[in-house]
Amino acid sequence: MTAQEVRTHGVDMNTLFQQHYGSEENNEISIRVENLNLYYGDNQALHNVTMDIVKKKVTAYIGPSGCGKSTLLRCINRMNDLVDNVTIDGKILLDNENIYDKSVNVAALRRRVGMVFQKPNPFPKSIFENVAYGLRIQGINDKRILAETVENALRGAALWDEMKDRLNDNALGMSGGQQQRLVIARAIAIEPEILLLDEPASALDPISTLKIEELINELKEKYTIVIVTHNMQQAARVSDYTAFMYLGELIEMGSTSELFTNPTKKQTEDYITGRYG
Amino acid sequence: MQNMIRTWFKSGLPWVWLNAAAVALCLVMVIAVLGLVVVRGVGHFWPSSVQEYSYIEDNGSIKSLIGEHVDSSVMTAAMAISSGHKMTKDEDALVQYLVKTGNRDLIGTDFRWILQRNIKTQQEPEDLMVIERREWGNFYGRLVSVKENGRVIATGEQAWPVAQEKLDKALLIFKEIVRLEKKEIGAVNYQLERLRLKQRKLEIDHQWNAEAEKDLASEKVVYDEQYKKYQVQLAELYQKVRQDSLIAKIDNGSELEVTFAKIVKIYQPNAMNFFQRIGYFFGKAHEFLTDDPRESNTEGGIFPAIFGTIMMVIMMSIIVTPFGVIAAVYLREYAKQGFITRLIRIAVNNLAGVPSIVYGVFGLGFFVYILGGNIDKLFFPEAAPAPVYGTPGLLWASITLALLTLPVVIVSTEEGLSRIPKSIREGSLALGATKFETLWQTVLPMASPAMMTGLILAVARAAGEVAPLMLVGVVKLAPTLPLDGNFPFLHLDRKFMHLGFHIYDVGFQSPNVEAARPLVYATSLLLVLVILGLNLSAIIIRNRLREKYRALEG
Repeated sequence: MTAQEVRTHGVDMNTLFQQHYGSEENNEISIRVENLNLYYGDNQALHNVTMDIVKKKVTAYIGPSGCGKSTLLRCINRMNDLVDNVTIDGKILLDNENIYDKSVNVAALRRRVGMVFQKPNPFPKSIFENVAYGLRIQGINDKRILAETVENALRGAALWDEMKDRLNDNALGMSGGQQQRLVIARAIAIEPEILLLDEPASALDPISTLKIEELINELKEKYTIVIVTHNMQQAARVSDYTAFMYLGELIEMGSTSELFTNPTKKQTEDYITGRYG
Repeated sequence: MQNMIRTWFKSGLPWVWLNAAAVALCLVMVIAVLGLVVVRGVGHFWPSSVQEYSYIEDNGSIKSLIGEHVDSSVMTAAMAISSGHKMTKDEDALVQYLVKTGNRDLIGTDFRWILQRNIKTQQEPEDLMVIERREWGNFYGRLVSVKENGRVIATGEQAWPVAQEKLDKALLIFKEIVRLEKKEIGAVNYQLERLRLKQRKLEIDHQWNAEAEKDLASEKVVYDEQYKKYQVQLAELYQKVRQDSLIAKIDNGSELEVTFAKIVKIYQPNAMNFFQRIGYFFGKAHEFLTDDPRESNTEGGIFPAIFGTIMMVIMMSIIVTPFGVIAAVYLREYAKQGFITRLIRIAVNNLAGVPSIVYGVFGLGFFVYILGGNIDKLFFPEAAPAPVYGTPGLLWASITLALLTLPVVIVSTEEGLSRIPKSIREGSLALGATKFETLWQTVLPMASPAMMTGLILAVARAAGEVAPLMLVGVVKLAPTLPLDGNFPFLHLDRKFMHLGFHIYDVGFQSPNVEAARPLVYATSLLLVLVILGLNLSAIIIRNRLREKYRALEG
């Protein structure tokens, strides 16, 4: 496929993916963002963003600081609702249902769309209670179910072997990398469909970062993952698709290998070659 | 030189010194306050020796004078002359002693100033005896004999051990009398009153008929019989306790008979060795902590006041914590931050600055008269015209103080809530928790140390508050504790005693200010200790919570 072709397709990713991967690839759409605009007061932070996110793949958002990638991510589970003075128009469709619809139960939505934040934020409770939190919120207090789910979630986050003897210790006593994996375990304990990762490794040392990246690779078997990262190598390593954003606009989106080796827009090329950002 | 001073100022050293000096001054003042209170208060329990002076009265006659030396004063000659003393040329100062001579029933006063120059001799004979009586204050003199049923059974040397023995017996009987009067007869009276109110209620409801009358009468008979039984027992005990007495001689030679029923303690302080004195000291301190007051609060213990203070503080805490926390949660978490919330915050902060007596007036006007009055009308019509809740009492005092301390709790809870990192809330919300679930499961527990801080400040303020309490529930002498064995056990409508008010009452409203002064210090010390104890326990709880909910760094 030539650069010309991609340019003409613009942001119509569906066609692009189909062309690119053929029909044997599973590229069912999980989330569709349509003409999303977001304003902080009078300040527009997202400009008419439209994109599709493929199920059970890792999609990375890259771009310089303040380009709106975290804002976009936080729109997907309506975390921006918590910020005062935010107005959003446009649609985000999850299974063809607009999550900004008035009838949507936000808590239920967030159960489907889990999120992990930049800094590890475990609750000041035991490791077990941290992971069981989401279940307890749903009113599940059966000891057997809790124990089973906690174990599975910790295994899923590659934390079980380290922590199985320390389940009753306070989570705040863990290292940063362990805390971040605990937070991931906490998120997957409630079995969401989508995991949003907001720079999950930016506060961690290289070894912990590596572990998180390995974890992401395993998790995409079961979950659709959207990750925001500052680190282009990381995006290149972990993601299947990459979206480049700049000043609140989605500049370019495509398969990771394509975008990094053969960007179609000059801005993208400038960014990934390190000319700014 | 000027340069040196300038560099010295620039180095910042003067400010360090200034700060250090301020801290030192604060420390000195705190230590001075505590030191004064401790020395004066604790000294009260120590058995001071009793002096026997031979004293030249103004008319020239020589008299024997027995008493405790309490205080001295030195006056310059000029001052002494101007206050009416005759001074010779070579005297340049007049020294006076304040002596506690006791025997108020015989002489009329407890204390007397004497002139040092008129003291001829001064001794501490071992046979001098002090009697602590239930009425008329202390007695100072010598034991002559002990009587049983009006017959002398011991005199001279043998009298002292016999008197001790008799007193121990009498005290046991007296304890029994107090138990009967307070507990058993108190309970019967309580039940009789309940029956009277029941009858009155039936009458008001027009259901007072022969059947009800019979029911009540049958119940009443039981209590009446119990009452009669106790009365008989009581009369026997009184007779028993009154039959023994001792004869004592005072300094002017006249004799006095005192029945053992009227005696709390007899001791010969001059004959005591050091360990006996220590024993006396602790006995006295124990009495102070656990006994009821006697002689219009100037003697005996202050247990009801300690109990009332702690009780009221606990009630206040129970009331103020939920209200303050809920208000703070609404203000910080739910209310739209804007002009109105700012206004409310300013109002809350200013509420903390309103003089406490104003709260007392409000409590009396609103809680006692309006709220309490209406509660009486609705629920206790049978008690009228006697008020139940329409009169100052423990409940209203607690609520008034809760109102007084509400701003402190609100402010510190809000501060605690604002310190919870946003990431924790987001973490909880991202797991599908609603805002309320996030608050309840995560934010509030994490803010609990801040709530405890608010409560600590509230307790410190409430325990020391006196002015509003005088209007809404504190009395000089409460006949019963707010907690007893009669259903429903906790009587929130009762009036209570309070250490702070006790200090004021004993120190300034007492008929015998000199005698009560040490008690003022001792009570102050105790008030400080009670507040310290309450605060310390709250601080320990807070530190535990802090350890548990150690917030994320940064």
